[in-house]
Amino acid sequence: MVSQKENKSSSVQQLIANSRNHKTKKIVEKAMPALLFSAALISILTTFGIVFTLIFETFEFFKRVSITDFLFGTQWLPFSGKEPLFGILPLIAGTLKVTLIAVIVAVPFGIGSAIYLSEYASEKARRTIKPILEVLAGVPTIVYGFFALTFVTPILQELIPGLKIFNALSPGIVVGVMILPMITSLSEDAMSSVPNSMREGALAVGATKFEVAIKVVLPAALSGIIASVVLAISRAIGETMIVSLAGGSTPKFDLNVTDSIQTMTAYIVQVSTGDAGYGTTIYYSIYSVGFTLFIFTLVMNLLAHYISKRFREVY
Amino acid sequence: MVLKIQEEKTFVKKIQTGAKPVTEVAGNIVYDTRNLNLWYGDHHGLKDVNLGIYENEVTAIIGPSGCGKSTYLKTLNRMVELVPIVRTSGEILYRERNILDKDYTVEELRTRVGMVFQKPNPFPKSIYDNIAYGPRIHGIKNKKILDEIVEKSLRGAAIWDEVKDRLNQNAYGLSGGQQQRICIARCLAVEPDVILMDEPTSALDPISTLKVEELVQELKKDYSIVIVTHNMQQAARISDRTAFFLSGEVIEYDKTDVIFQTPADQRTEDYISGRFG
Repeated sequence: MVSQKENKSSSVQQLIANSRNHKTKKIVEKAMPALLFSAALISILTTFGIVFTLIFETFEFFKRVSITDFLFGTQWLPFSGKEPLFGILPLIAGTLKVTLIAVIVAVPFGIGSAIYLSEYASEKARRTIKPILEVLAGVPTIVYGFFALTFVTPILQELIPGLKIFNALSPGIVVGVMILPMITSLSEDAMSSVPNSMREGALAVGATKFEVAIKVVLPAALSGIIASVVLAISRAIGETMIVSLAGGSTPKFDLNVTDSIQTMTAYIVQVSTGDAGYGTTIYYSIYSVGFTLFIFTLVMNLLAHYISKRFREVY
Repeated sequence: MVLKIQEEKTFVKKIQTGAKPVTEVAGNIVYDTRNLNLWYGDHHGLKDVNLGIYENEVTAIIGPSGCGKSTYLKTLNRMVELVPIVRTSGEILYRERNILDKDYTVEELRTRVGMVFQKPNPFPKSIYDNIAYGPRIHGIKNKKILDEIVEKSLRGAAIWDEVKDRLNQNAYGLSGGQQQRICIARCLAVEPDVILMDEPTSALDPISTLKVEELVQELKKDYSIVIVTHNMQQAARISDRTAFFLSGEVIEYDKTDVIFQTPADQRTEDYISGRFG
């Protein structure tokens, strides 16, 4: 009886050993890490390729235009015949105006709705609202662009006399709406992952629901919330279609939001869809603008990374 | 056993109906639970619970898992309402007012009745901010007063000497036992009347457990304490009265030495002698 049992178990062991020594299994085990590594490598190489192209072409640009003129020039007139001017500040001003308006719209509403979803909404409400937000996040930005131009701008023109058909305000608001679901969703994740025991601890000393949300949950989730905002800002800076459609193509270095502007991204679109010849200064200028844009978003992403580490309330 | 509970009830009734002048007995009873029933959806969690909790005593609640002991404790500060499907009937009189009344402000109740949880749950803030949290939300902003409250509460929770030099460090840097005493201090900071403890030592090592038990003995001079524990030796060591819960019912409630030495109900005896649970 005992020996039979032993026999049986040893035969299972035998089968396992056979399978372990099987050739294909060995090959798969060896090959997989290499395959997976090359998958990771492709995205890294692509990134380097893009950065390299940007740097290379930007370098070409700076052979034609001085860096100081580029960085500190307050006029961006690339198409003005004999004396084109490549001062990037007007494009940066356009981008920052739109981004700032977007943040003013998106941050309070985004964090507000995240608090609602995480702390107040019933399971049923949450199940209804979250998918709707995700649909909002999936709307193509060109649709948002038309929405800004044909819906938001006319309404704003009713409210603000003198508002131009192309302006910073309307695309700013719509970019805000576009990044709203991102802030809400990421902030809600951060708040929902605050353990319930912490809420109970606060409730048990007589805190109201709102006090729990503001003084316990929000601080505990702050790193995630700030990171979501910074990522959303980065997204707003890089947003292209909305500003191309509704922002106009008149780069201006000022603080006016009711007049036509041009952002860095919109300029790249304008040149790319036009007929600037290969090798012209205008052709290289889109790389220099692209590189500047890249620096902006890179800094924001690094900032998000740093903040989410630095301000983490460990629990 | 039935007789015992009956006695308890009539005793409680005498106090509550208040034929005698209140001053004579008012200091005696803190919580008077009358015919409390509680349902989680269809599950009948607490069945006709009648219990009196006495002032400056430690009342232990024992019983096997799922017997309703934690549920009862959480009903005393209405934390049980965090579960949306809970329904209750009956009365819980706290200082002669029914806390189950819809117009009883739950925040006010929880300011008077503190709670310490099974797992230490400090906030991810500095030790100081943890203790000052309660007073601050109740509107105390004066730094000097807050400093005093923090020191007094930490001393009260017997942890002042261990943390006085690092009040600005995150409470999560402390050991589990220290964290639990921080939570007790946080609860003391609003100067409650009653402290509810839900298996406060079950996540702690034996030495930390001993410290918390000694602390409970100390605290009962100033507070009334209700402690849920799965550890019968603990109940025997630190409590004045013990209630034995089984399947949502109070099987027996009496002086702790009576429960542990001469229990009236066979089920109580079986449980405390370790035959089940």
